[in-house]
Amino acid sequence: MSARSHARAGDVAWGRMTKVNGELFALTYGAMVKRLLEDHSEIDEVNEHLEKMGYNIGIRLVDEFLAKSGLPPCSGFVETAEVVAKVAFRMFLGVTADVTGWNPEGTVFSLLLADNPLAEFVELPRQYRTLSYSNILCGVLRGALEMIQYRVEVQFVRDVLRGDDVNELRVELKEIMNEEMSEEYKED
Amino acid sequence: MALQHLFIINRSGGLMYHQDLQDEAPRISENDWLLLAGTFHGLHTIATQVAPLASSGIQTVESSSIVVCCFQTLTGIKFVVTAGAGTGGLDGFLHQIYQKYTDYVLKNPFYDMDQPIHCELFTRSVVNTIVAFPSSKR
Repeated sequence: MSARSHARAGDVAWGRMTKVNGELFALTYGAMVKRLLEDHSEIDEVNEHLEKMGYNIGIRLVDEFLAKSGLPPCSGFVETAEVVAKVAFRMFLGVTADVTGWNPEGTVFSLLLADNPLAEFVELPRQYRTLSYSNILCGVLRGALEMIQYRVEVQFVRDVLRGDDVNELRVELKEIMNEEMSEEYKED
Repeated sequence: MALQHLFIINRSGGLMYHQDLQDEAPRISENDWLLLAGTFHGLHTIATQVAPLASSGIQTVESSSIVVCCFQTLTGIKFVVTAGAGTGGLDGFLHQIYQKYTDYVLKNPFYDMDQPIHCELFTRSVVNTIVAFPSSKR
């Protein structure tokens, strides 16, 4: 599929989704992050907790994406990245991301997000500067991709809330999971 | 001819959901439901291995009395429907069931992944999908 058709598929999918108030979404997320900061003593624990919550969302979200986007299977990891950036992000968050920074093997890429609806009204105080506020997105990507057999690690490497000019998520493919027969069924 | 049975099979071949789609559908014992699901899962997997060309598995099985239609999602869940011979539109039916699954099962926080589905809202939506299914011959 071409870039234009991905963009169009994204717009169509976004149009079909029931919408929720953006402010409510941002405020709910903010309240949750604030609550997590109160519950944990270490900011790294909060980052980890957000990622885990995202994972639990991602494993369920991917089926909705597949069912409602109506797209055919992607030809590989490269196309998957484009579909995630142009169709999935658009469908669920209303914004598109850009895919850049591919490594030569085609296993690592970056997603650049100009707008982050989660962090629309947020300013990070100094004592939370190591907080990865939108870390839930990393978990969502990891969970969703795992269900389609891509084991990945996702990190927020640049964050507008921490002073960078753009939000950047680095996605690294660790393993393509193939179904293997368990040991007990293999013949000697 | 009309729809008979719906199976939803998880990634490891276990039966997540089954339903008679009309009152006149042949009755299947609880044990047989599980057996059928597991057997179909096995056949589906074997089919992808033995297919002469690259294959994504069994899509339809047609006989003089029955047609079995299977849709496997990219996440490994199989939606299988049986219907009387000559029934069309089964693929569309399964896609609609898939959408209902993503809405009423996956979005239910109390539903555990890959487990049997006991969601009232889902059952009701399946019934609505059946009612809306055109029961005309292909």
